[in-house]
Amino acid sequence: MTVADIQATILAVWRIEQPRLITSLSRMLRDVPLAEDLTQEALIAALEHWPLSGVPEKPGAWLMATAKRRALDHIRRNRMLTEKHGMLAHDLVREQETMPDFDSALDDDIGDELLRLIFTACHPLLSREVRAALALRMICGLTTEEIARAFLQAEATIAQRIVRAKRTLSESGLAYETPRGEALSERLASVLEVVYLIFNEGYTAASGGEWLRPQLCNEALRIGRVLSSIAPQEPEAHGLLALMELNASRMAARTDAAGEPILLMDQNRALWDRLQIRRGQLALARACELGGAGGFYALQAAIAACHAEADTPDATDWRRIAALYGDLAALLDSPVIELNRAVAIGMAEGPLAALAIVDGLADEPALKAYHLLPSVRGDLLQRLSRFAEAHTAFEAAAALAGNAREREFLKRRAAVAARAAQDHGQR
Amino acid sequence: MRFMYIVTSSQPPRPPTPALMEAMGKLAEREIKAGRMIDTGGLLPVAMGAQVRITDGKLNVIDGPFVETKEMIGGYAIFELRSKEEAVAAAVEFMQLHKEHMPGWDGTCEVRPFATPGVDGACQVDVSACA
Repeated sequence: MTVADIQATILAVWRIEQPRLITSLSRMLRDVPLAEDLTQEALIAALEHWPLSGVPEKPGAWLMATAKRRALDHIRRNRMLTEKHGMLAHDLVREQETMPDFDSALDDDIGDELLRLIFTACHPLLSREVRAALALRMICGLTTEEIARAFLQAEATIAQRIVRAKRTLSESGLAYETPRGEALSERLASVLEVVYLIFNEGYTAASGGEWLRPQLCNEALRIGRVLSSIAPQEPEAHGLLALMELNASRMAARTDAAGEPILLMDQNRALWDRLQIRRGQLALARACELGGAGGFYALQAAIAACHAEADTPDATDWRRIAALYGDLAALLDSPVIELNRAVAIGMAEGPLAALAIVDGLADEPALKAYHLLPSVRGDLLQRLSRFAEAHTAFEAAAALAGNAREREFLKRRAAVAARAAQDHGQR
Repeated sequence: MRFMYIVTSSQPPRPPTPALMEAMGKLAEREIKAGRMIDTGGLLPVAMGAQVRITDGKLNVIDGPFVETKEMIGGYAIFELRSKEEAVAAAVEFMQLHKEHMPGWDGTCEVRPFATPGVDGACQVDVSACA
């Protein structure tokens, strides 16, 4: 193995082991950010030693032993700790001396600890962006550089954010707590929000040239799968997982070879990922069994499932989709949801009914700069053969689009509408 | 990246030792909870199935018994991982359990990336255990 190979292997092993390392150290130190720092030291130790000694037979156990040793050193050094911690340290020292337990990597169930880690990384005390960065770092084991690349930010910016966030958590005394009961459901919302933010950041990059940054989608999916297995009684955890699995199932069909976006109705459904659709359906069914069919994520997942279950665009159950958007609108008063409902109505009942809803949204302040409003309007007008108006709408949409590819796409639609207007003598 | 893991062995099939079963169960649970293993399944013996073959341009349905037992596939697992390195690391851990808990067993865990649009080339990684 070359040094680069060994480094790649080390990072791979480290990512598999990292959550277990952090959770074990958190239990010792009762401070998640500090535990994260010390696991990083174990990684650095591996990067120093393994290229010389070779990858150990049980790399996970090596990392764990090294990380625990760092934690013990820290505890010994820190004389300000309470009596209780002193005893804990003593026990741990003895444990360390008597058994370097190499099988323990598979033995203890870390569910509760991992949940604590996730809740800490996604603490509402922190901004959503910071929560996302911390989650990617502490739960997914991404490096600062990778996070920076994924969010199109400077590495120094992300590094600074993470350091500051960790300090905030440690100083607030909130660095090691697990909400229970009702508080858990409440806090879970702030976790799910971050996971969904990460997913969407990857699914549709809001700005910049890349339409898809699938790595982020996969990371969000991973956290979603972890959450649904360690918080199995929370319907919305399953709802969000279902939504992400179902949306991600269309990944391969969403762009053409040149990277241009392909609309849902035009996608090659043979490219939809059946395994992921099945997983999405299962997760949605679980959410519904737990009484969560009306949840924010479960409703959106149900809409995605309507698409996934239609073998052809014509087979789509638009009435059900319109009704689900209606339920969603009742849950959350949002013009964006209303716009989506209009699209579904447009498919179920025709463009005229939909146009009435869309025109009713024209003065919504929240949609003033939202390119999809004129884009949907343009589409409806096009179908009503009002080409000149469609052209104006698509032009307006293109001017508002933040994503270069979407802008190109809308300009092409505007051009098509303009030609049709000319052919039909509209102006 | 999605990977399929297929475990094969040329030895006569025998059930895993209880210790191996337990260790594999724990590993599988961990991998599911970590969001990495997204599907898995075991296959019944070859004799329970059938083969549809084309030989010299002729199509035959063979419903057993089958004489050839070269490499038997006992099951598969599908993982969603970041890289081939991660896939190999996970397979090494899996095979390490076999080495430890099923002395005398030889076999191969084949790690195969799924073909994805836009990613060219087929590659194959074998992690062989020789107890």
